[in-house]
Amino acid sequence: MAHPSQLGFQDAASPVMEELLHFHDHTLMIVFLISTLVLYIIVAMVSTKLTNKYVLDSQEIEIVWTVLPAVILILIALPSLRILYLMDEINDPHLTIKAMGHQWYWSYEYTDYEDLGFDSYMIPTQDLSPGQFRLLETDHRMVVPMESPIRVLVSAEDVLHSWAVPALGIKMDAVPGRLNQTAFITSRPGVYYGQCSEICGANHSFMPIVVEAVPLEHFENWSSLMLEES
Amino acid sequence: MSQDMKEKLEKYRTAPFDARFPNQNQTRNCWQNYLDFHRCQKALTAKGTDVTPCDWYQRVYKSLCPISWVSKWDEQRENGTFPGKI
Repeated sequence: MAHPSQLGFQDAASPVMEELLHFHDHTLMIVFLISTLVLYIIVAMVSTKLTNKYVLDSQEIEIVWTVLPAVILILIALPSLRILYLMDEINDPHLTIKAMGHQWYWSYEYTDYEDLGFDSYMIPTQDLSPGQFRLLETDHRMVVPMESPIRVLVSAEDVLHSWAVPALGIKMDAVPGRLNQTAFITSRPGVYYGQCSEICGANHSFMPIVVEAVPLEHFENWSSLMLEES
Repeated sequence: MSQDMKEKLEKYRTAPFDARFPNQNQTRNCWQNYLDFHRCQKALTAKGTDVTPCDWYQRVYKSLCPISWVSKWDEQRENGTFPGKI
């Protein structure tokens, strides 16, 4: 989950997010190197008494500062496209979950076998137990089996919402009348938090998402329990 | 044929990848399977044969379609206001 004064991404919980994280590190390093070089040149230019009034052109340096940026762009583009195509790979999901956005809560439907559906409301701040996270916890979590490919179909029942879980590298708009597909696989068990990412009214900031990845047996027990409850 | 269908249904986990709908927008996938199930049911009932082959489409649309959409469409079919051709 996010923590105060955090600078980077949350720890990756899916292979795709890991790739995105490493790509970001790579690209940001390039950005820092270029910025440092430029800043150095600016300071050097500004803090010298020397002047040169006789250089009119130079074929060599022009070639260098055209080819080098092109090479740098290719070095950025290749990993970027690799990840783009990786995200688009055809996967064979083990489970389909529907995440429906409402004003102002999410509801999850697991209908591959039985009709399991439940709402997921934020726990109000005054009802939190010690150790729980403000504005992030929900009464019911979206429980998934760990290390299994999951398909999530995101939609909305009223206005636009957006289903986002940063640790999994997912953000998918919830559009009424449309079924948007995304997929993920959790590399490890854990609890992953997200928040609604499309302005949807008064309580837009108060409809979080919690994904809990557990071993398969725990998931099966949980779904039987949830079915009994409803 | 029926034995294969039974095995396929028994081993069903979730709606498999459908090459007709390869992209992000799966709305049509849900709609098409809903239509196909009801058309299949109507056609096979009219012929008087076993409707088990239609169960595949039902499993798929139940996996993909939001419960509220299915209830709405079921109600529309009962009222005769369903927009699709069955």
